[in-house]
Parts: sequence; structure tokens; C-alpha cells
Amino acid sequence: MLRSNLNYFFVTVFCFISLFITHSVHAEQVVVYSARIEQLIKPMFDAFTQETGIKVKYITDNEGALLARLEAEGKNTPADMLITADAGNLWAAAQAGLLKPVKSEKLENNIPAHLRDPQNEWFGLSIRARTLIYNTKKVKPSELSTYEDLADPKWRKRLCLRTSKKVYNQSLVAMMIAEHGEAEAEKIVRGWVANLATDPLSDDTRALEFVASGKCDVTLVNTYYYGRLMQKDPTLPLAVFWPNQNNSGVHVNISGAGVTRYGRNQQAAIKLLEFLSSDKAQNLFADVNMEYPANPRIEADSFVAAWGSFKQNPMNLVKAGELQTTAVKLMDRAGYR
Amino acid sequence: MAGWRLVPFLAAALVLAPVGVIISSLFAPADDIWLHLVETTLPLLLVNTFWLVLGVIVGTALLGISLAWFTAVYEFPGRSFFSWSLLLPLAMPAYVTAFVALGLFDFTGPIQTTLRVWLDTDLSWFPDIRSRAGVIIVMTLAFYPYVYLLARNAFLSQGKRSLEVAQSLGLNRKQGFFRVVLPMARPWIAGGIMLVLMETLADFGTVAVFNYNTFTTAIYKAWFSMFSLHAASQLASLLIIIVFVVIVLEQQLRLRMRYAENKRSQRAQRIQLTGWHKWLVIGFVLSVLFFAFLLPVTQLCIWAIQSFTQDYDLTRYLEFLWHSLSLSGLAAFLTCLVVMTMVYAARRYPGSATRYAVRTATIGYALPGTVLAIGVYVPLTWLDGQLSELALQWFQIETGQLIQGTLITMLIAYLIRFMAVSHYPIESAMQRITHSIDEAAMSLGLHGWAMIKKVHVPILKPGIFTAATLVFVDVMKEMPITLMTRPFGWDTLAVRIFEMTSEGQWEQAALPAVTLVLAGLIPIFLFMRQTEK
Repeated sequence: MLRSNLNYFFVTVFCFISLFITHSVHAEQVVVYSARIEQLIKPMFDAFTQETGIKVKYITDNEGALLARLEAEGKNTPADMLITADAGNLWAAAQAGLLKPVKSEKLENNIPAHLRDPQNEWFGLSIRARTLIYNTKKVKPSELSTYEDLADPKWRKRLCLRTSKKVYNQSLVAMMIAEHGEAEAEKIVRGWVANLATDPLSDDTRALEFVASGKCDVTLVNTYYYGRLMQKDPTLPLAVFWPNQNNSGVHVNISGAGVTRYGRNQQAAIKLLEFLSSDKAQNLFADVNMEYPANPRIEADSFVAAWGSFKQNPMNLVKAGELQTTAVKLMDRAGYR
Repeated sequence: MAGWRLVPFLAAALVLAPVGVIISSLFAPADDIWLHLVETTLPLLLVNTFWLVLGVIVGTALLGISLAWFTAVYEFPGRSFFSWSLLLPLAMPAYVTAFVALGLFDFTGPIQTTLRVWLDTDLSWFPDIRSRAGVIIVMTLAFYPYVYLLARNAFLSQGKRSLEVAQSLGLNRKQGFFRVVLPMARPWIAGGIMLVLMETLADFGTVAVFNYNTFTTAIYKAWFSMFSLHAASQLASLLIIIVFVVIVLEQQLRLRMRYAENKRSQRAQRIQLTGWHKWLVIGFVLSVLFFAFLLPVTQLCIWAIQSFTQDYDLTRYLEFLWHSLSLSGLAAFLTCLVVMTMVYAARRYPGSATRYAVRTATIGYALPGTVLAIGVYVPLTWLDGQLSELALQWFQIETGQLIQGTLITMLIAYLIRFMAVSHYPIESAMQRITHSIDEAAMSLGLHGWAMIKKVHVPILKPGIFTAATLVFVDVMKEMPITLMTRPFGWDTLAVRIFEMTSEGQWEQAALPAVTLVLAGLIPIFLFMRQTEK
């Protein structure tokens, strides 16, 4: 009795809703949930549509919100692909069973092994190098060496950092835990906190401005923030330093993507993923946002290339995801806000 | 026939669905994130949140009540201009005021930079805006219009008259204000302060700009950084419980009093301010207006002009604008309609069950937006799943999503969040309709709809307009729910601001922000034309 009443209710609701929706028969398309903002991803989608005729529908939001949404939608999700601006969230999506492994020779050829999931559930598409930027009036490059060195008391009141709430810093600390172990990593982070010239800042651009204005001497940011700022005002007394060149290498994160487990257009989604790793799209990644292409055969934008080449940390980014929670807790303990 | 008496319960059920999803997490075992939080950041977070809420409440109450009193009862040059322009900050999203304030007053901003050059010092005495006081000031400037608007409604309708009564009883003006006028305006002022309290607790955007850690930032951290929606929901449940306790306490206090004053004393003579009193009031009003609106808008305009060429696309912006306006309009209409019916039902069929249902329906405003959005999402996904299974069984159609990804989801989520905002103004207006009015109307042969139309609506009108304006502007500024529930292609101005600020590009966010503020002025102007005589 109740069951049939419930059915009756659902039918009514269903009919009511059908009035609102015209379900047109779609041409081939891919639906993307993207944590990369529209300006940084639309050019690639447009190029894809131009080349293949496949339409791309997308919605942008925070990584966390998109993950939660995918999880809530489960089998009924409209999304075929998830794009994030870091590795940790892709790892979390894979952990939650939201992504599907993709076996593709093209992707394996185009994307280096440390920038993709060993289980092929997600792939890095562009490299975001987190490096040191210093004030050229106050610091000689010879004074700088490694991330770890920024914990040295000689940097007291000279360091600016972005908040630990940003995933870029969480990934960096996670990779340091993977390399040095938790106790050693905590010592380093405590050293950083002791050296802060001002409370942690809300974003990388602010941190750069603080270094440029002389409030602090050195900071830790993703290079494209530096690029944007220098393009706007080339006279700023800022320069890039590539740390850890004699040991582990520069910490890199990725902006990457994975195909969702329950998407309806998986073939088209794989096509899009392969396209995003191709020369054409990789060049766009380099141009649009001054990031480094994940595909090593593609060169960075000339403005970016002028900062010099660097050795990157070859450890697989899976660690950034696995150790993220540990890293967050460690930073809380160390008083890094 | 009297089925609409159930409206408060339906509205409460609508709110309880997402709240239930969140609170159900309390019955699951706590994970080690709790222990970690208690051992590390939680004590400080609670202290931070307490001072923030207290500071903002005191700040908005002082600003809102004093400004409302000055513009409602006194006469001074520019009074009618100020009385509506003081509402303009309503159109400023708090997160925008926040990043503009930092852009101006922080170490790297033009003010400190210039002073450093002029005075040739390191300016170490300059107060740090990235501090507790800084957040409190910014939020006070952004939220005081809630108190101002409601308090002004109260003072306009009764202020001058009650003051006269008080004076005729031998009280001086000051005593009259504190002992008669203020207590009589309590439901309005309390309503405004409740809105401020809930908005402050739920805020994430503003505190993020300041990197000021509160209870809400802990919720986001547990969820987004430690991947534990579970711990996040448990934290959010505590927030809900605290707010509910406050709501119930406020209601208990209010129950002891009765308010019945109905005539808008429009023609009442205002008290003329003279001498230094006049200049003091003008200076005060002007400086609030300057810091809460003129200064941030000017800075936004400068940034917008600088970044204009990089991000200007007329068709896109018209689209954003249209989406923002139409969504806000729809949501304001829907919310006011539901709340009106609810308040009517509560009046017609009073009782403590109804009263609690109404209170429950207003709790959505206290939840951080993203938490509420996911709470709305879970039951809707379930419903969608049932529907599509049914469609498959009965009609053999693969439907995919039916409710999600449509405006219906969005409007339901807005309704759940913003019922509180329209509830307080409408309910306080409803208190002006005494039973003697109803009796008088009935003795004149007016019943049912005729009574509502001819007697009630004119009395309720200022309340309804206040409610609609507040919801309209609030929806336009709203970010997390809009982001999460919007259908494909329904990007709004707030979405555009999110995309720019998420990349730390404050200057680029200025163009959509200015557009948003200008669009927010439309309902405010319409509102003023309706209420200002």
C-alpha cells in the first residue's frame, strides 16, 4: 500500500519535472567537472571540439565540492571527467572509487611515470613547480639552497608563506614526509614557522607582493604566480631560485585529470584525455598559464623558459595524496596556520 | 481546506532533510581527526569564533541601531539621502569588502606604501589589518545593514511616537530611548542580529581572505584537506545545535513580551538637529558610508578599469548578469511566498509545535554554504535515483539526472538557506497585525482574502519588501551553493568572482564584483522607492 503510494508520488513528480526538461538527443559530448577555472581550461576544450567535433560541457568549482558531488551522485553522475589543479585530490577521487583506470599507449608515452597514477586512474597534464622566489635587493642567490634550509635560524623574520590550508603546501609537506620521515619533516616545518616575518598569507600572489615590498626576503610559490606578477610589473625586485638541485629536486605538483567510473561517454572522455596530453593541447597549457607542460617533449613558454631549467623531484605524486592528511596534522601541530 | 496550516511543517521538513543528513553523522563513531583537532587547533578556533561573533554582533548592533535612530527620528542636512544610501553596503559581498580592505590597508597596499615613503620609517606602529580586529571591522561594515534595515522599520513605525509618550511620562530623551523605544523595537533588532550571527558563523570567504581560523574553517579543513566529510559533518552538527539553542532562547525571551503597534507615524515631526550635534551625526553617517561602500567601490572601479581589457566580453557579462538577476528574483519570490504562508499559518494556528517548526525552518542560514549544499545534494540524489529507476521500469527510458542539474535543485537550496532572511522581517511585520485589527475588519464585513488584501497586505508591505530585498541581494552574493548546484552554463557574477579570487587575482575579480554591486543596487533602489515617502 505504502509502496504503491510512493510510486504514485514519484510518477507525479516525474511527470511534473518532465514538463520542465526537454531531453534533446545530444551529439557526442563529454561532461567535465573542473577545478581548473574556466579561463585556464576552455582554450583546450575549444581546440578539442574543433579537432574532433565532440562538444565539451563543463562546470567549475572547488576540488572538494566536485569530489563530494561526484560521490553523492554515484552511478547517476553526468560527469565523464574530473580535472583538478593538484595531485592530492585526484588521489582522493581514486581512493573513493570515483575514477576508472585508462589503458592508453598515447598517455603512457606523453606523460612521465612520476606524474601519473601507477594504476592509471589519473594523469598529470601540466606541471606546477613550487619554488623559492627571493627579493634581489636583500638576498644573494648563493645564500639559498633548499626548502629544508629555510628552517635555518639565519632566515629568522625573513620568510613569508602562504597558508597551510592550500593544497599546494600540503602536497609539498607530504612529499617532504615521504623523503625525510615525519619527525624530520615536522622539525623543518617548525623551523619555517619560527622564521616567519608575518602571519601566513591567503594566496601566492600576496606572498610575492610581500617579498617585493621588503616585508620578507624569500617565499615559496608556484612559478606561474610569479610569471603573472612579473608580466604585469617587470621592475619588481624578484627572482626565481631552483632549490634542492643537488639532491631531491624541485617539488612539482600537477594539474591533472581522470575519467570517472560511471560516466556515460567514456570513449569520448578518453579521447579528450589523450588530446589533453598531445602536443597541441600541451602547448596551450604552456601558453595559457605559464605552467610547464607535463609532456617533456613540449617546451615551456619562452617567458618561462628564461627562468632556466631545473631538476624536478622524480618521486611519484601518489605520495602527495597518501600523506596529505598526515601533512595537514603535522602542520597543525607545528602551528603553521 | 486548511491544509496550508501544514506549511510550517513542510518548510521545516525541507530544512531538516539536509540538516538530518549532516546531524546523522553524530551517531557514527568519531574518527581520529577529532582527537587531532582537540589536541591542536580546536581551543584556539573556539576562542577565535567566540570573539569574532561577539565583536561583529556588538559592532553591527551599535552601527545599525544608531544609524537607524538618527535617520528615522532626526532631521539633518542630507538625511533622506543617507537613509537610503546607508543600505548600499548590502550589495557588497563581505568577501569582496575583505579583499579590498586588505588590498588597501595591508603592508603592500597603497596606504602603507605611501606612508613608508613619506615618513621614511618601517611603519611598525601601523595596526595590522590581518588581525582579529580587522576581520571584525570588515564584517561589521558588511553586515550592519541587516540590523539597520530592521531597526529602521521599527523606529519609523513607532519610534517618534513612543519617545513622545516616554517624554510625557517625564523621561528625558535618553531615558526614553533606552527604556521605551529600544525595548519596543526588540523583535526587529533581535531579528537583524540573529541574521548577523548566523551569517558570521557560516562565513568562509571573508575569514579565508584574512586567514583567520574559525569553527567553519575547521569544517572545511576536515572535509577538503583531510578528506573526511564525516568529521566535517560532525563539526557542522555542533554548529547547528549551538544556533538552535540560541534561536530557542531568543524565542523564549520574546514570548514574555507582547508587541502591538501598527500605525506608521509617517507624518510625525522629526526632531531638528542643530549645532555641533548636527555635524557630529553627519560626520558619523558619512564615515560609515565612506568605509563600508564608497572606498571599496572606488578601489574596485580602479582595479576593474586596470584589468578591463583582459577580461571583458560583453555577451558573457550580460549572460552572467541575467543569470544573477533571474536567479535572485526567482529565489526572492519563492522564499517570500513560502515564508508568508508559513507565518500566516503560524498566526492562524498558533501552538508550540508550529512555533518550533517555524524556527527550524530558519536554521539553514547558519550552515556554511558548502555543507548545506552537500546536505541538499544527498537527499536529492536519492530522489533522482528513485525516479530514474522508475522511469527505466515503467517507460524503459534512461533518464540520467532529472532534478539535479536543473534550476529546481538550485531554488530548493536557496529556499532552505534564505528562509531565515525573509522570515525575520515578515514575522516582525506580522506582529503589528493585532487581533483587534482582525476583529475590526470582520465587523466591517471583511473576511478571508478580502481581509488579507485590504487590511493585512498594506501593513505587511514594508516587511515583505525588506524580506524580498534581503533575499534578492543575498542570493546574488551567495557563492558555494551557486557553485555546487548551478546547471551547466548557468555561471553567475558570483561564480566569476570565485574563479578570479581562487587564483588570487583580486584585481581581475574587480570587474565582476563591480557589476555585482551595481546589479545589487537595483532591488535596493526599488525597495527604497516603495518605502521612502
